[in-house]
Amino acid sequence: MIIDAIDNEQVEMLLNDVLEAHGYDFLEYSHASIKRRITRLYSLDSFVSFAEFRYAVRTDKQYFKRFLEEITVNVTEMFRDPTFYKSLRNDVLPVLGTYPFIRIWVAGCSTGEEAYSLAIVLKELDLLNKSLIYATDINPSVLEKAKKGMFPLNYLKGYSENYVQSGGLKDFSSYYTANYSLVKFDEVLSSKMIFSTHNLVSDHSFNEFQLILCRNVLIYFDKELQHKVFHLFDNSLEKLGYLALGSKESLDFWANAKDFKRIKTEKIWRKL
Amino acid sequence: MAETLTRGKCSALVIGGSAGSLDVLLEVFPGLSSQINFPIILVTHRKSGNDSLLTDLLKSRTSLTVTEAEEKQKLLPGYVYIVPADYHLLIEYDHTISLDYSEKINYSRPSIDVTFQSAAEVFKNQLVCILLSGSNADGVEGLKIVNKYGGLVVIQNPQTAIMPYMPQQALNNVKPNVILDSIKMSTFINELINK
Repeated sequence: MIIDAIDNEQVEMLLNDVLEAHGYDFLEYSHASIKRRITRLYSLDSFVSFAEFRYAVRTDKQYFKRFLEEITVNVTEMFRDPTFYKSLRNDVLPVLGTYPFIRIWVAGCSTGEEAYSLAIVLKELDLLNKSLIYATDINPSVLEKAKKGMFPLNYLKGYSENYVQSGGLKDFSSYYTANYSLVKFDEVLSSKMIFSTHNLVSDHSFNEFQLILCRNVLIYFDKELQHKVFHLFDNSLEKLGYLALGSKESLDFWANAKDFKRIKTEKIWRKL
Repeated sequence: MAETLTRGKCSALVIGGSAGSLDVLLEVFPGLSSQINFPIILVTHRKSGNDSLLTDLLKSRTSLTVTEAEEKQKLLPGYVYIVPADYHLLIEYDHTISLDYSEKINYSRPSIDVTFQSAAEVFKNQLVCILLSGSNADGVEGLKIVNKYGGLVVIQNPQTAIMPYMPQQALNNVKPNVILDSIKMSTFINELINK
């Protein structure tokens, strides 16, 4: 269990170091969450003093890689919130299917589970061949995992149940091959994905999309940063494009929310 | 209970429970005073997908406003916030809610430890935490931190718990300020009302 070994001033010190030495800005992340991640890592890696921890984060490139991977939350799953995927399948993607080409951005894709889920739905709607999924994350090491399309076998039972509940049409196991404790998803799915690092805090819009998925990323940001990111998404979304957020996230308190219309009861908005 | 009355202000009450805690909540809620002037946060382990069920059940038993906790929502006195299934709930210094989808703690999300600890850091000695029935040890580490910050640690008497393991673990590891029979819980909470 986490003890309160690091105080608020130290958190701020560390985050300032990270910005200065590595160029990553976590200062507008929700304080309670980021503090918890930092304290967790500190005790996980058994540092004896904050000074030692701070020095490692500041100067040790290899350790900073780990820091980045551990203080961002990379917990995700396939077909998470099955009703959300059902709505994508029935309400959103068929509309996009009328376009000659579909560009989708999965922002904060982590290890890729959502990108692969999306590719499966696109494939079943016969739209994958004219789609391109841009999957981005702040964190290069999770993108390496995402590219491989390999996930732990013991999660697949849950994923398969989610898939069925989301309206999946096939035998889920037809999409992967199991190999010891891992499964590898069909490369047909990843052939339509482009993986790249992108930092929602500091990087700009890089294309125009018809659908942006960013689920359970914004909960870690403070309100001001959330609103900045909504602007970024607005600038990256075509007219009549869709924005999908996590089940507890909302556009509601954002100044330009009136330019978006919510689709049914899911956290999906259409740009007007 | 004399100790509680000398403690001064209650700025927040966090109740944590697992298996067997629903019965306690259903027993406690009808007895809660409408004069309660601090927020109540409820962390219970349960399967995802039936959030509104618990909210509806409790709503029908109290005149307090019962709502499912939302991201960035500000905690208000007299409101009951239910932590949504599959998220941890943390509290910011400005008393707003942060939800968090990180790793499970004690096989649980939401974890009682996470909310107890976060609330302790923010509310310090103006926090009251109650740990109810359950069959794992979630909440115990959190109570230690509540204790450290001078908050009030209340544990359900394991003899009145359907699943005594969780409160018993807490009793074995943390020095409680109060051990409560479930039947006395609503009176206890009403006595926390700030005059």
